[in-house]
Amino acid sequence: MAISLTAARDLERNANHIRRDVVEMIGVGMAGHLGGSCSLADIISVLYFHTMHHDPKNPKLPERDRLILSKGHAAIVQYAALAECGYFDKALLKTLKNFGSPLQGHPDLRKLTGLEANTGSLGQGVSIAAGMAASLKLDQNPARVFVAAGDGELAEGQIWEALMAAVNFKLDNLRVIVDKNGLQATGKTVDRFPIENIAGRFEAFGFAVQEIDGHNIQEIVEAFEKADQVKGRPTAIIAHTIKGKGIPFAENVASFHNGTLTQELYNEALEVLAKREEALL
Amino acid sequence: MSKHNQRQEYGKTLVELGHENQNIVALEADLGLSTMSSLFGKEFPERYFEMGIAEQDMTSFAAGLALGGKIPFVNSFAVFASGRAYDQIRQSICTANLPVRIVGSSSGLSDFGDGATHQAIDDIAIMSVLPNMTVLTPCDGIETRKAVRWAAAAEGPVYIRLSRNDLPDVFPENGEYDPKKPVVVREGTDAVIFSIGIMIHEALKAAEMLQTEGISVKVVHIPAVKPMDEAAVRSAAEGAKAIVSCEECSIYGGLGMQLSYIFRGAGIPMEAVAVMDRFGQSAHSHAELLEAYGLTAPHIAEAVKKALK
Repeated sequence: MAISLTAARDLERNANHIRRDVVEMIGVGMAGHLGGSCSLADIISVLYFHTMHHDPKNPKLPERDRLILSKGHAAIVQYAALAECGYFDKALLKTLKNFGSPLQGHPDLRKLTGLEANTGSLGQGVSIAAGMAASLKLDQNPARVFVAAGDGELAEGQIWEALMAAVNFKLDNLRVIVDKNGLQATGKTVDRFPIENIAGRFEAFGFAVQEIDGHNIQEIVEAFEKADQVKGRPTAIIAHTIKGKGIPFAENVASFHNGTLTQELYNEALEVLAKREEALL
Repeated sequence: MSKHNQRQEYGKTLVELGHENQNIVALEADLGLSTMSSLFGKEFPERYFEMGIAEQDMTSFAAGLALGGKIPFVNSFAVFASGRAYDQIRQSICTANLPVRIVGSSSGLSDFGDGATHQAIDDIAIMSVLPNMTVLTPCDGIETRKAVRWAAAAEGPVYIRLSRNDLPDVFPENGEYDPKKPVVVREGTDAVIFSIGIMIHEALKAAEMLQTEGISVKVVHIPAVKPMDEAAVRSAAEGAKAIVSCEECSIYGGLGMQLSYIFRGAGIPMEAVAVMDRFGQSAHSHAELLEAYGLTAPHIAEAVKKALK
């Protein structure tokens, strides 16, 4: 079911806030995962502000839906969303990667509230999410588990082991989101391995598959709703995205995978996002 | 002296635990009939995850189960449980300090027929190097039962190293189990042998041999190669004129090197009996390999005499 235009605009604004937080966290002169965080921002906004059942005041709520970033290098997009939701004081975002900060370069659940797993070594998050989904089923807990992987990450063999297990155990409470931005740290994903037909591969493994525009709020919302109707097998959502989305100079530029912003680029990014904010008011 | 098999005792204990605690779950990578996790699977099919031959997925999946409040026991041969899934153990489990128990079956050279690819001589080193990890090295079936029960209640990750073949009972049946506490199995005054896992049996034979030559040797079993209580280990060697370590794994990163750190500055001569930087190979018996790799009683006795010189 489509959401109202106002509701969709609010989610776009939340995504814009998340992108602004991401840019501010990266700051000037320090490397940060801008590209893969911005490609996920709209999906993250929909999850935290619309789809997922969760309570920032009760982060361990047993019935909460869980989100794991298998592409753990995009941690800052999750930190931003958690802060925007009120899991912790937004001032903490400024401590990213400081010695002793709970905001580590990759997610560490022992240090920061609201995180569900430790990821960073690529390819492991889908397995963790599947195990979590299996434990929820054992407990007859209705919560869902969302896990986001990058398309470059699909080169990791363990992902495909995890997909087979998820299908075998009929984990219809699992949603695998592929952030298909087409780029990885040093170039195009397709130049490294043939990955054109991701949807077909997931289908062949037994998943219910949807393909969406990962920056279209309505499509994202509806994809998660449709996934709830699928019984007996897990769902994959192949989200076509743009690496660096929302920051024009970084869009589709592989070097902003873990790039550094000059003062000029930093200012430019925040100006673009401020203008976008005005347009969404 | 009666004998037990560590794999059988593990499997039976896991079933007992399964009855006592609904949160116990087990994962297997198609070796259940050997690791004996199959006993659990038969009793609790809904809590038994046969993952197929996919150790990496199995290990991260177990992390997810632990995050969901379950108490997972991950099963495979030691070489695969530790090595094939090393990064998953490190990243998915240990950095988050998750209570996942990894049971390395058929460890050391005990899978004698299968050769180098199946013989874990490196598992002790690679599991010990991980922060948060506890590495249990039970010496017989009795201790295996106690170790598995202890592991089920532990707060962080645990690696349990089990052997393939039947072993004589050595561990005190009614003794308390504290993995940090060295267990004195035989008293002696001249030298002390520290051993982990199955090497206690050869160490005791060595002590017996040396007794006939007038050398009195204390034999101490270390239930957990990590973490070790340094003070307790040092006090177990008080008055000894020589120390010998015994382990069925590589000299690199094992008991011997840990002891040489613990006894730094003590001025006590030390020798080590271990696998000396070699892979295993096929043979018709475990005993044949232990002999060929210098891990039997005569080799240990020689090491003691050398250290006492």
